Amino acid sequence: MDTLRLTAEEAARLLDRGEASSEELHAAYRAAIDERDPELHAFLRTVDEVEGGGVPIAFKDLISTRGVETTAASKILAGYKPLFDATVATRCRDAGLPLLGKTNMDEFAMGSSTENSGFGPTRNPWDPERVPGGSSGGSTAAVAAGFAPWALGSDTGGSIKQPAALCGVVGLRPTYGTVSRYGIVAFASSLDQIGPITKTVRDCALLYRTIAGRDPCDSTTVELPQPVELPEADDLRGLKIGVPKELNEAEGIEPGVTEQVNKSLDLARELGAELEECSLPRSVDFGLPCYYLIAPSEASSNLARYDAVRYGHRAEGAADVREMYARTRDEGFGDEPKRRIMLGTYALSAGFYEAFYGQAQKVRTLIKQEHDALFERFDLLVSPTSPTVAFALGARTDNPLAMYLSDVLTIPSNMAGMPGLSVPCGLSEGLPVGLQLIGPQFSENTLFRAGHALEQALGFDFVPERLR
Amino acid sequence: MSWEPVIGLEIHVQLKTQSKMFCRCAVGALDAPNTRTCPICLAHPGTLPVPNKQAIEWTIKLGLALQCEIAEHAVFHRKHYFYPDNPKGYQISQYDQPLCVGGRLRLPGAGGGDEIGITRAHLEEDAAKTLHVGGAEGRIHGASSSHVDFNRGGTPLVEIVTEPDLRSADQSRRFLQLLRQTVVELGISDAEMEKGSLRFDVNVSVRPEGSGELRTRTELKNMNSFAFAARGIEREIERQIGIYESGGEVEQETLHFDPTREDAPPLRSKEEAQDYRYLPEPDLVPVEPLSEWSLDTLRAELPESPAARLERLLSAGLELRDAEALNTDLARVSLFETLLAAGIEPKSAAAFVLNEVTRHEVDPAKVDGAELAKVLRERDQIPREAFDAAVAASAESGFAAEAYLQERTVADASELDPVIDRILSENEQQVEAFRGGKEGLLGFFVGQVMRETQGKANPKVVNERLLEKLRA
Amino acid sequence: MITRDEVLHVARLARLELTDDEVERFREQLNAILEAVGKVSELDLADVEPTAHPLDLVNTWREDEPRPSLSVDEALSNAPDREGDFFRVPAA
Repeated sequence: MDTLRLTAEEAARLLDRGEASSEELHAAYRAAIDERDPELHAFLRTVDEVEGGGVPIAFKDLISTRGVETTAASKILAGYKPLFDATVATRCRDAGLPLLGKTNMDEFAMGSSTENSGFGPTRNPWDPERVPGGSSGGSTAAVAAGFAPWALGSDTGGSIKQPAALCGVVGLRPTYGTVSRYGIVAFASSLDQIGPITKTVRDCALLYRTIAGRDPCDSTTVELPQPVELPEADDLRGLKIGVPKELNEAEGIEPGVTEQVNKSLDLARELGAELEECSLPRSVDFGLPCYYLIAPSEASSNLARYDAVRYGHRAEGAADVREMYARTRDEGFGDEPKRRIMLGTYALSAGFYEAFYGQAQKVRTLIKQEHDALFERFDLLVSPTSPTVAFALGARTDNPLAMYLSDVLTIPSNMAGMPGLSVPCGLSEGLPVGLQLIGPQFSENTLFRAGHALEQALGFDFVPERLR
Repeated sequence: MSWEPVIGLEIHVQLKTQSKMFCRCAVGALDAPNTRTCPICLAHPGTLPVPNKQAIEWTIKLGLALQCEIAEHAVFHRKHYFYPDNPKGYQISQYDQPLCVGGRLRLPGAGGGDEIGITRAHLEEDAAKTLHVGGAEGRIHGASSSHVDFNRGGTPLVEIVTEPDLRSADQSRRFLQLLRQTVVELGISDAEMEKGSLRFDVNVSVRPEGSGELRTRTELKNMNSFAFAARGIEREIERQIGIYESGGEVEQETLHFDPTREDAPPLRSKEEAQDYRYLPEPDLVPVEPLSEWSLDTLRAELPESPAARLERLLSAGLELRDAEALNTDLARVSLFETLLAAGIEPKSAAAFVLNEVTRHEVDPAKVDGAELAKVLRERDQIPREAFDAAVAASAESGFAAEAYLQERTVADASELDPVIDRILSENEQQVEAFRGGKEGLLGFFVGQVMRETQGKANPKVVNERLLEKLRA
Repeated sequence: MITRDEVLHVARLARLELTDDEVERFREQLNAILEAVGKVSELDLADVEPTAHPLDLVNTWREDEPRPSLSVDEALSNAPDREGDFFRVPAA
């Protein structure tokens, strides 16, 4: 069994035809993990029991799994074992998908390289001296390296799309509200979404169908207006695709990335799509600042519960509760969470709310309006997912702002609540380049259709060269 | 210089819903610690709140009962502070878009009564309980550790804030009584201070009478009964007046009372103004009541307010004290009104319900008022025994007045005079004492006559004849 | 320009005990970030409504029906410190 190449759909067929059992599948992936993960560190922990007869799956470690340690890659949650399953975990369990393990991530999903993990970084299977992207770097590396046929990640500012691009796999950030956040260790409540990370677009649609839909435990979810369709068509006839200038010509996009994206756009035309340049006048310019006010503000609030009272790390020898809180949080949180907590606390504090958080929420409306206006003319928008290919470990860790710029292309549509699919479209300097397809709310079927057709035509080999 | 107090109240009422505000743990009281918790009210990572619809409906009803405007668009906010009883590090509450604003509660009273403004009423969740261990009597100072019990955490709480319209400790006490009763009669809370389902803080300041100023106020916390509160407020008013009159300034402080030691002076603290960093709750969506409820229907379902009922009792001619005492019990009011309708004079009817009915431990709800009225009308014509027996039996099914009206007291002076004369002749000493000024002895003579006649003499006639003979 | 005192104030509000070194490092980084995000104030958005939620949802709630709670031991299973059936913390 070639776990590097096997798609989830193919694995399901093997199971259906009785050519493999779920224990055998699970064992094959475990063997791959045991052999090659010590180098890559995609997993924080693996699970031995095989529960379910379906295709095994890996979960980013911010997805609560009953009885299985869940840390969100933070020392402050070391040893924490949830008493319940996240809704997405329950839905996967109900679909019979055995859990392979919990994957590495940037601590509390804050980061773009998985270097902010409290337990050491993950390495990119295409080049272990480089980052896999983040914050779902463990999940994307696991899928790319043949450790799991598919995985779940989370996306707040681009944390599924960007690492998917850097690892050469498919990643979907769903429409906000279509996938339950119940049981997902919260970062930024109005932005967090759980989404599939897979080798193919069809696998992505399959997994999305398994997890999506309204959850009574999450007040911010809705029913899907239409059922999820597995894509079949190999053309893009009838699709109008917009190419926003500001996304495609943003500062910092590597020429190699632009080259691959342009090739894909040519291919799209050949497949019958109508492409046209368009503009998002302020969304790209103001997207990053808007995000870096709203997300940290909500994060500072969501991380207030880590106070050593009911679970998690507790600093020793504190004389009173105040000291216990302050030392626990200083010991348990890494630098990035601390930075964002402080930024968020500042932005929400007396006298600053209107100027910062309040204003950012208005900018958000503006961004949504700009996207809505384009979606009156276009079915989809397209751009590179990440301005660069995978960068070297340590290259941006001293410069938070440089790290934040990794998400400049994924953030705007996220702020608008819109779904985005990243599909690998080629190599630059031997490293994967991702193509970002953005659609209006609830347009996942269109994203899958376009992504699948392009994927078939591109013929990108998702197995890292050095592992073939 | 004449001073007037300026008092405002902040009241918290626990709703007696079946489940908590944002999770499905049962709401209850006084049980084993940490037995009514779940990952949500323990604020485990990834948990999310889902609001209790009943709690929202009851808050709206309370708002309507207080004549508030119900918001078209209400929002929950996160109120941030760190404390062990606040597991998320924020309390889900409401900030600038609460469910109810701008109401009033009419406090009936002698001289027309007063209207006390209600600034707002909003819905939030209660905190858990932190117990301080190792310090003196369980208080914070000197405690070595604290125990936390999350059973109470997450219980739905309505916070009601009044305008600073109250002008005396007693008026504040009466307001609290009436508000409590309103809440209880709506069926949304037991509002019992001992159980913690009703709590309140008081803001007190004083100003020169008629000046309309608003001076620095102090906050009084932890007074756990209305009477305690009235005394605490009075002392604080005196203290503030004393300060101003000696040329000083009142400082903004919080006074923490010891609920177990009413006379102990409160501990003072100057708490730093808290920065709650209010954030609209991103895990919840706004509430638009008008899409779900018809306010007219809800209003029509409201029971008569205790305030309105109190007005009716006052306009029937009762004294405020009696009216308020009757008003605390719907069954008593109902009985009173039945007696009124049967022609009993209001003050007598009130006195009767408050005294006799209570003394005989009869449940006013079960009393046949119309029948009892017949007995009451003839009270003076029947023996005391018979009257008492009637009252005692009035709550039994099938109670009929007739049986108790058979025996009449002897009212014929010609029958009573011989007995009276005999009593007077047998007690010459007392007669002389009476005539010498000790008119209180009349009771003695009446008692003797009643004993002699085995309670069958008409007390009114006995009184008249005795007096006539004694004063002759 | 965020000052050292402001950093300390914010750290206190957020219950983070920072070392001196952290205070200075964060001050510089926060400054840079605040400058970058401050550009949102360039826009005149007086007539724009803030986005309350990405979807325009209202009135999501549940019926008032209780469900069984955790057992005491389950509730306390992750507690860093317990005494009997209580969570224990240093003096509050």
